[in-house]
Amino acid sequence: MNDALKRIHMQVMWNRLIAVVEEQAQALLHTAFGAITREAGDLSAGVYDTGGRMLAQAVTGTPGHVNTMAAAVRHFLDRYPITTMRPGDVFVTNDPWFGTGHLFDFVMVTPVFRDERPVGLFASTCHTPDVGGVGFSAEARSVYEEGICVPHLRLREQGAIDEKVFAIIMANSRNPIEARGDLLSLIACNDVGAARLADMMREFDLDSIDELARHILDTSREATREAIRRVPRGSYRTAMTLDGYESPIELRARLDIGDGEITVDFAGSSPLSARGINSPRCYTEAYSVFGLKCIIAPAIPNNAGSLEPFRVLVEDGTCVAPLRPAPVTARHVIGQMLPDLMFGALAQALDGRVPAESAGSIWVLPMAGQRAQGKPFNVLNVGLGGTGARPGKDGLNTTAFPSGVGVVPVEITENESPLVFWVKEYLPDSGGAGEFRGGLGQRIEIGNSDPAPFTVGAGTFDRLRNPAAGRSGGRPGRHGAARLGSGAVLATKAVHTVPSGDRIVLELPGGGGVGDPARRTRARIDADLAAGLVSVDGAARDYGAARTGAPGA
Amino acid sequence: MRARLAADIGGTFTDVVLESPAGRDTAKVLTTAAPEAGVLEGVRRVLAAAGLPPSEVSVFVHGTTLATNALIERKGARTAFVTTEGMRDILEMGYEKRFEQYDVYMERPRPLVPRPLRFTVPGRRDGRGRVLRELDEAAVRAVGERVRAERVAAVAIGFMHAYAWPEHEQRAAEILRAQLPPDVTICLSSEVCPEIREYERFSTTCANAYVRPMMQGYLLRLRAELDALGMACPLLLMMSGGGLTTLEIAARFPVRLVESGPAGGALLSSWIARERALERVLSFDMGGTTAKICLIDQGEPERARTFEVARAYRNVKGSGLPVRVPVIEMVEIGAGGGSIARVDRMQRITVGPDSAGADPGPASYRRGGSEATVTDADLALGRIDPERFADGTLALDPAAAERALATQVGVPLALEGPWPAAGVSEIVEENMANAARVHAIERGRVIGRYTMIAFGGGAPLHAGRLAEKLGVRRVVVPEGASVGSAIGFLRAPVSFQVVRSHRATLSGFDAGVVNGLLEQCAATAAAVVRRAVPEGDLTIGRVVDVRYIGQGHELQLALPDDALRTEDARRLRAQFEKLYGSIYGVTMPDQDIEFVTWSVTVSAPSESPLPAKPVQKHTAPPPRSERDVYEPALGRMVAFAVYQRDDLEPGSELAGPALIEEGQTTTVVPASFTLFVDGAGYLVMESRDE
Repeated sequence: MNDALKRIHMQVMWNRLIAVVEEQAQALLHTAFGAITREAGDLSAGVYDTGGRMLAQAVTGTPGHVNTMAAAVRHFLDRYPITTMRPGDVFVTNDPWFGTGHLFDFVMVTPVFRDERPVGLFASTCHTPDVGGVGFSAEARSVYEEGICVPHLRLREQGAIDEKVFAIIMANSRNPIEARGDLLSLIACNDVGAARLADMMREFDLDSIDELARHILDTSREATREAIRRVPRGSYRTAMTLDGYESPIELRARLDIGDGEITVDFAGSSPLSARGINSPRCYTEAYSVFGLKCIIAPAIPNNAGSLEPFRVLVEDGTCVAPLRPAPVTARHVIGQMLPDLMFGALAQALDGRVPAESAGSIWVLPMAGQRAQGKPFNVLNVGLGGTGARPGKDGLNTTAFPSGVGVVPVEITENESPLVFWVKEYLPDSGGAGEFRGGLGQRIEIGNSDPAPFTVGAGTFDRLRNPAAGRSGGRPGRHGAARLGSGAVLATKAVHTVPSGDRIVLELPGGGGVGDPARRTRARIDADLAAGLVSVDGAARDYGAARTGAPGA
Repeated sequence: MRARLAADIGGTFTDVVLESPAGRDTAKVLTTAAPEAGVLEGVRRVLAAAGLPPSEVSVFVHGTTLATNALIERKGARTAFVTTEGMRDILEMGYEKRFEQYDVYMERPRPLVPRPLRFTVPGRRDGRGRVLRELDEAAVRAVGERVRAERVAAVAIGFMHAYAWPEHEQRAAEILRAQLPPDVTICLSSEVCPEIREYERFSTTCANAYVRPMMQGYLLRLRAELDALGMACPLLLMMSGGGLTTLEIAARFPVRLVESGPAGGALLSSWIARERALERVLSFDMGGTTAKICLIDQGEPERARTFEVARAYRNVKGSGLPVRVPVIEMVEIGAGGGSIARVDRMQRITVGPDSAGADPGPASYRRGGSEATVTDADLALGRIDPERFADGTLALDPAAAERALATQVGVPLALEGPWPAAGVSEIVEENMANAARVHAIERGRVIGRYTMIAFGGGAPLHAGRLAEKLGVRRVVVPEGASVGSAIGFLRAPVSFQVVRSHRATLSGFDAGVVNGLLEQCAATAAAVVRRAVPEGDLTIGRVVDVRYIGQGHELQLALPDDALRTEDARRLRAQFEKLYGSIYGVTMPDQDIEFVTWSVTVSAPSESPLPAKPVQKHTAPPPRSERDVYEPALGRMVAFAVYQRDDLEPGSELAGPALIEEGQTTTVVPASFTLFVDGAGYLVMESRDE
């Protein structure tokens, strides 16, 4: 075969692998049980070479899963060398330190064979509704209280599923049938991927994908290095404070940008939190690198090659690298703030090319209680704040960043429970002022239409005291707030009870602004006034603007 | 009175087709600013060609992208939205998620109704329909005053849980109707889209209101022009779900017309599938900007109830506006003749989704375009005769094509000769193949067992290679391929679908309630169909969407024709498990299932196709010429025999590699295929591989 044709085939096969993992992800999306997986795409799927290097990952999915799964497969191979794997085998774990950082995500790995020889692996993960323990909250004091932990196990051996593993997992879950269903979905989606890879190898008459893997990884690594070389070299320090659980969390990072490589050092960050907001090393790495890639190399596909130029240093036993048995369920409270932390360092190197801080970690709303008649209810939704303004553009209102998760429709939650969302609306004046305004947060008010109390877990409500910072003279977004309709402030990350007839009132944080508010154009201020996104008083205070436009409804 | 007329208004061209016992006449005219002018021009041309007076036309079937274009270009009516207190921003919040993970500069889709024109009124039901707060009629009147002062042309009303409890919406509409000028359109979410999920329902209702004044005006003008022409026949509109409806219903629910053109193409394929008794058909429609792929099993295209219109960001899912209306399920990707080829940072060739369109068009058009496109690649690879493109009306410049390909692809990748063009062609075919595979897996289908039907100007050029990639063994290129959608309109049944959300678990299944609901839906749908077809039998198709409790994606099951009994629920469970197992390989026997959405489609049957006449196969006459064409499966340029389609009588048989040229397209027969012309004049390619 001539060289030109071979190079064209390499590209075709690379595209094919990306399509294969997308098929794998779609198969999972359509069968998973958790509302968060199916409505919001809290899942991931990828293909690996026999050395455990990730070659392609589905676009569908979240950053936290993507990069953690890249490392997870290697842990499986340490435990079960590829030579000991057999056709029909499937391996599983939900160990936070070897998977994606908390027990809710089962990682499933399936080797692929051609003529009895291993040629690659598929891995997938999704958030399952319940794994026992204290449930989705930050309340646990150790991982032992957070639910069942399944170590690296062979779940299917040469085609025969080990029902004992299922039985143990089901015996430890409040939603045993859904848990089993999610595990079966993970197995099935890997099989879909494996069949497609086999088709491709037949079509192109390949015995191995090693040469293709080399091509993908080399090309991606070099492109990433090239992108990093466009960032001025140097050492940049940054810090950020979060509310934390029992005490504020200090996050510190030093970014060393070298010749086509970047090292992030978290030295000086806070010690362990006593409650489950700690971010295991794998999750810390995932979101740090995600934040850097967003700015430096957004168009380069995720794989082991494009991740290689990034190195993350953490000190064991801190809130960004807790060791077992630290609690980690609500790891995203810290983890999803890390892209903003990275932006803070990058902004020093790339002035005028980095957004302001966002609301950050999503507020997960686990709500449970009694009905007047019938079974108790237990539903999950999310509350989303604003993203930081971008240089040249306002921030996005009520949109998750960095998470790719979206909201569950109100009518779906109201169908699955007696809850009523009385208000779900933009919160005027919550976007940080600036030449470019931060995205708005929202106000959410929820009550029970039955005469009964209900509970809300506040484990993930952060930025109540520490708002999203502005950039280049932009002001911070408004901090969040959580209280009862009757007035009492919900100050802690505990599980709170909303009395019968009362409501919970949430104000989600706004994003920070970019640039001096005095430079905001009159047209933009007037448009905000007309839409009621900024109040007349707010415009006077933040922009020194007199009322000209018509106020909104 | 046997002549039937169809017109399809597309972005660039308006296609008109007249079928009469004497044969078929077609016209392709440029779409005009006042679209009825182009339609009438085409109509005059085909009538003149057929030598028929307007009074001889018995029915006129029409489809159009006007509504879609108004949504894409945001050129619809100034619209207000009235919703439940506390929910003013649902329409803009949408899914509250980024559709592109790594692009921090992405923008969310802009709502059709901006915040200053969104109003709220108190009045609330919960998820079980209990009235927690009565509708505040004084507040509705106050909003009515403000809406009137805003001088809008349309008002959409969408209240929480109105999919099942429309009373508050109906009352609010009554009040507003009395306050607003009579020419202001009012649309209710409970009528336009009575389905659960507030964002999608509100989005659909606002889209309907937004395009309605314009569509209503256009349709009435067209009707008047046809009357003036002396064409008194019924005017029926093609809907995105594949059914026909009356002008009156189309003017009420214009959002149901959004995908009418592509639906026509799928109907053509379905017709051919029935005509040829093909159980599994892959419909492949490739035009200038996009390619559409649709699966047709047992002669029926798959239907869906959601579609995303006006995607603003590289055709990415999530960057458009959701509309929940009946549509023919298909995947549409940015791969057409005008799709632009580039090299990205990782030295990979990318093709589309942006298109050079017709103006300036591909580099080889020499109309000022310098971008290398798929058409340029086809020209450089010898597939298109530069003198005969588009009936010979547009002479292509091969040197310009090769220059553009060299600059944009060849130099960055150090590829020479045919290789830049070969790379572009291979990548665009791979993109289409991947889209087809992902589409099939989502439905649990094995794509290699399908027969491909290729139409639209670009499809015959790429169908053979696409078939090789997918393992498809047979490809059919029908006559009139380049106006396939308009021909498809003439094959459509008059039908209407009514959909209702009503959740019921298997264990709590109440046959009486469901039967009542289904009968109500059937009566509503039948009333619509009767306006176009006053007599004759109607068929009723009923389906339900079912899922395991806790899952978010439903599978669709056909319901028996008779009233449901409690035992039927158990039979449906068995059917569901069988289908679920066949798609996903596993079932969950312990999990209860629930029925979510019920749909009833009432149709007046269209004509049944007659089987194609059998033909005696014979060797085709010798080719007119021969030229070098790139053969991807062999990886080199090869001598292809060149035939004219008009020279090939039914029964003619030949072997690839060959080109079959006709007025507006060329069929590429790869070396691995043979071809024969069947009794209806269709080109049928069959794989030689065992």
